[in-house]
Amino acid sequence: MQAEFPEFLLRMGDNTLVLGHRLSEWCGKGPVLEEDIALANTALDLIGQTQMWLGLAGEVEGKGRSADDLAMLRDAWDFRCCLLVQQPNGDFGQTILRQYLFDQWHLLMLGALADSRDDRIAAIAAKAEKEVTYHTERSAELVVGLGDGTEESRGRMQAALDLLYPFVGELFVGDAVDAALAAEGVAPDPAQLRAPYDTALTATMSAATLTVPDSRFAHRGGRDGSRHSEHLGHLLAQMQWLQRAYPGATW
Amino acid sequence: MVKPGTDDVWRWLDAVPDPEIPVISIVDLGIVRDVAWAGDSLEVTLTPTYSGCPATAVIELSVETALRERGLDHVTLKRQIAPPWTTDWLSDKGRARLEEYGIAPPNPAGGPDRCPRCQSADLERISQFGSTPCKAQWRCRDCLEPFDYFKCI
Repeated sequence: MQAEFPEFLLRMGDNTLVLGHRLSEWCGKGPVLEEDIALANTALDLIGQTQMWLGLAGEVEGKGRSADDLAMLRDAWDFRCCLLVQQPNGDFGQTILRQYLFDQWHLLMLGALADSRDDRIAAIAAKAEKEVTYHTERSAELVVGLGDGTEESRGRMQAALDLLYPFVGELFVGDAVDAALAAEGVAPDPAQLRAPYDTALTATMSAATLTVPDSRFAHRGGRDGSRHSEHLGHLLAQMQWLQRAYPGATW
Repeated sequence: MVKPGTDDVWRWLDAVPDPEIPVISIVDLGIVRDVAWAGDSLEVTLTPTYSGCPATAVIELSVETALRERGLDHVTLKRQIAPPWTTDWLSDKGRARLEEYGIAPPNPAGGPDRCPRCQSADLERISQFGSTPCKAQWRCRDCLEPFDYFKCI
């Protein structure tokens, strides 16, 4: 459990950090003011959750690294975020579909973690779950509105689903880290979340008149850091450059 | 100095405004969970509202400043996230002040009861997010004014 514990926390925190950064890329560019604000506020929640996950990761790791150190001073190969959150924003539809695919998993994961045998994990999860509940309501509602919308919006949403669905499977493939934590009752076996995820996904996509691809092919390599997408390095370059160029800079 | 009683401290903290909605205090908001003496040090336990709320750091600073102005030099702030903050902890005084200020108070039904300006119940939601993560934007179909709704979480 010694090594697996911080590893798991990095996976949770890196997901929210990278997705939070992606959403903040929309700030000032949203299609309408309300959506711009909503994306920025969602990003803010995710970054706040990152502080809790990475803060705890640094604490249990015991090397004196803070949440900021972990966010700003690690290189791509030390990140443990799934490939889905690394994907570029694309158009608004692609951003919203990525958000829904992640939110739905995130909600189930946090629900399970709220019952974790580790009190610290349970506390963070219970807090984050409240926020992710309305993230999921919002992204599902928008997916339905845009999917079951005009010919143009439906076409874009279907293209986004075809593009992003192959990144969903990674969320449910467990490894030795997951097995160790599941054995201790700290975190669920990710495979257990697949059935409830599929049920929710099918309902939302059916309401959105979108077709979920048949293939369960899954790209992998993000959550264990073995093969990240080409996009992660570019994202980190933008996110980290100031702290790297001027170490210790604060305002 | 003579150590003030915790009742006095609660009263002082009730004069510390929420930085984003100054008509209510941080006590009204329900984020002050405990005030207790630990030896010569006063421990104030705060529960942040939203994980990413930028006001959290400002609130901590305001608490410390308010208590120092009362002559308390040894103040320890504790951040407690469990149980998570809920809008159920908002005081009745806070809810009434929000409404007077034009922000509809949180409602377990998931949306505002009535327009804070004209009291009409004919309302529609514009966006799940308003100017801050804790608020949503609604509009009254009678007086046509948009207004903030304090989300229920």
